[in-house]
Amino acid sequence: MNFTRTRHSARSQRNNKLATIAFYTLGALVMLLIFWLLFTILSKGVPSLRPDFLIKQPEEMDAGGGIGPVLFNSFYILFISLLISIPIGVGAGIYMAEYAPDNKFTGALRICVESLSSVPSIVFGLLGLAIFAEYFNVGLTILGGGVSLALLNLPMLARVTEEAVRAVPGEIREAGYALGMTKFHVIRKVVLPVAMPAIVTGVCLVAGRAFGESAVIILTAGLSTSGEMWDFNLFSPGETLAVHLWYVQSEAIVEDARQIADKSAAVLVFVVLLINFIFRFPLWLGRRRGR
Amino acid sequence: MGAPVQNLASRAQKSSLAESSISTKRHNRHLFSNTMFRYYFLFSILALCLVLGLVIVFIGKTALLLFAHLSPLEFFFSFNWSPEEEAFGAAAFIVNTLSLTALTLLIAVPVSVGMAVLCAEIAPKWLKGFIRPVLDLLVGIPSIVYGYLGLTVLLPFLRRVSGEGLGDGLLAAALVLALMVLPTICRISDDAIIAVPRKYRDAAYALGSTRLQVIMRVVLPAANRGIISAIILGMTRAVGETMAVVMVIGNTPQLAKTLFTPSSVLTSNIVMQISNVEFDSTWNYALHMMAFLLLLISFVLILIIRILGRKRRDAA
Repeated sequence: MNFTRTRHSARSQRNNKLATIAFYTLGALVMLLIFWLLFTILSKGVPSLRPDFLIKQPEEMDAGGGIGPVLFNSFYILFISLLISIPIGVGAGIYMAEYAPDNKFTGALRICVESLSSVPSIVFGLLGLAIFAEYFNVGLTILGGGVSLALLNLPMLARVTEEAVRAVPGEIREAGYALGMTKFHVIRKVVLPVAMPAIVTGVCLVAGRAFGESAVIILTAGLSTSGEMWDFNLFSPGETLAVHLWYVQSEAIVEDARQIADKSAAVLVFVVLLINFIFRFPLWLGRRRGR
Repeated sequence: MGAPVQNLASRAQKSSLAESSISTKRHNRHLFSNTMFRYYFLFSILALCLVLGLVIVFIGKTALLLFAHLSPLEFFFSFNWSPEEEAFGAAAFIVNTLSLTALTLLIAVPVSVGMAVLCAEIAPKWLKGFIRPVLDLLVGIPSIVYGYLGLTVLLPFLRRVSGEGLGDGLLAAALVLALMVLPTICRISDDAIIAVPRKYRDAAYALGSTRLQVIMRVVLPAANRGIISAIILGMTRAVGETMAVVMVIGNTPQLAKTLFTPSSVLTSNIVMQISNVEFDSTWNYALHMMAFLLLLISFVLILIIRILGRKRRDAA
C-alpha cells in the first residue's frame, strides 16, 4: 500500500500540529495565570502575617488593627448557615434522588431548584434585608446573615446530594430491600454511607463558597462588629472577613488599610483552600487505601 | 420426666412470644421512621420551593410598588439616574449589564472551550488529573478577592497599557468576570465533550481525519448543546456577580460608551445604594425593580438551558 502525501493532507497535518501546540500553550498560560494569582494573593499577605493580627480588634484611626472579631464572625455565620442548610438541603437532595416519581410535579420541583440556584446572591441579600430588617425589624444581625446565607446554600447542597445519592449503584439498594429493610432504613444504612464522601466534598465546596460570600452579608449582617471578640449574641452586627476586606479597601481611613486588605485577602483564600482540602484529605486517603 | 419437658416447651413458647413482640415493635418503629422521613424529605424539597416563592414575593412586591410612582417607560428607557432629583431611569444599567456579559463571554468562551477540548481530547491522563483540580481552585476563590486583585493588580496594569487615567470600566470588569466564569464553562463543556460517543470519533479517524478535524467537525458540533448550556450557565454567573464587579467598574451611573468609561451595572448599583435609602421611597422600589429584573434574566436563562437539555435528550 502506498499513501501519497497530497498537498491537502500535508496542510491538514500541519494545521493539526499547530493546533495541538496552540491548545497546550493555552493550557499552560491558564495554569500559569492561576498559580500566579494564588501566589500574588498569598505572597502579598502571608509574609507580614503575625498571629496577633488574627485575634486583635480592628482599628478605626490608628495603624496596626487586627481582624479578630470579623474572623470569628465569619466562622460563626458559616456555622449557623450550615446548621440550617445542611438538614434541609441534604433532605431535599435525597428526595429528588430517591423518592421523586417521574411526573409533572417532580418536573416542577426540579425547575424550582434550578431557578433557585440561579438567583444572584445580591437578591438573597435583599430578601434577608426585607425579612429581618423590615419585617421582623431586628436590623443587621449575625442571625440575619446566617439565615440568608443558608438560603443561598440550599439549592447547591440539594444538587450535590442528589448527584451523590444517584451515583450509588442500584444493586446494593436491592440487596437491602431483599433483606426486608424499609426504604428509609436502606437510605440510612446503605445509600448514605456509600454516598457520604461525595456529600462531604459537596458540603465543603458550599462551605468554602459561603465563607467568602460578601454580597449577602453586607446587606444582612452589616459593615460593623459589636467590638467584642467572642460575641455569640445572634443579634449583634456581624461583619465577616470578606466584608471587612471590602470595608477596609473602600471606606477605612487607617494608614495601613492596604496592608490589612492584603493580609485579609490572604487569610480568606487560605481558609477557603483549607476548607476545601482538609475535609477532603481523609476521604482521599481512605479511597487510596481502599483501592 | 413429663413435667420438665412441658416446662421447657412452654418456656420456649414464651420466649418466642416475647421475641415476636419485640420484633413487631421494631418492625413498627421502622415503618414509623420510614413514613416520618418520607414526609421529612418531601418537606425539605417543598421548603426549597417556599424559599423561591419568598424571593419572588418579597422582591416582586416591593418592586411593583415602583410603577405606582413612576411609569415603566421611564424606568426602562430613560438613561437619567439621579435619585436626588427623583429621576430613576435604569436603561444605562440594563444596557451596561448586557454589554458587560457579552464582553465577558467574548473573552471567556474561546479560552474555556479551548481548555475543555484540551482536557477532554488532547491532554494525557496525568495532565487532565492536574488541570481539573487546579480549575476547581479557581472556583473556590471568593469573589471579593477577585475584585480586590482586579483593583490592585489589573487596574494599574490597564492604566499602564492603555494610558487611561483610571483604568476602571467595562474592560476591567469583563476581564475579572471572564476569569470567574472560566471554570464553570470549562467544566460543563468538558463533560459535554466527553459524553460524545466514541464511535463518532472512530468513524472520523477511519476516514483519515486529523485530530483537529475530528475536534472541529465532529466532536464540537456533536457537543454543541452541552457547550451552549455551559455558556449560558456562565452567563447567569456573570449577570449576577456583584462584589468583583463593584470594585473595578467605577460605579458611576452612566452608559459605558467606551471600554474605559467608569460606569455601573444592575448588581453594583444595588449594593452601592441600598444601604442609603429609606424603605418607603421610590428609590428603594427602583432598586428592588432592578433586582427583580436580575431575577427574571436568570430565570429566562435557566429556561433556555432546560429547553436545550430536553432537545439533547430527544436527539440522543
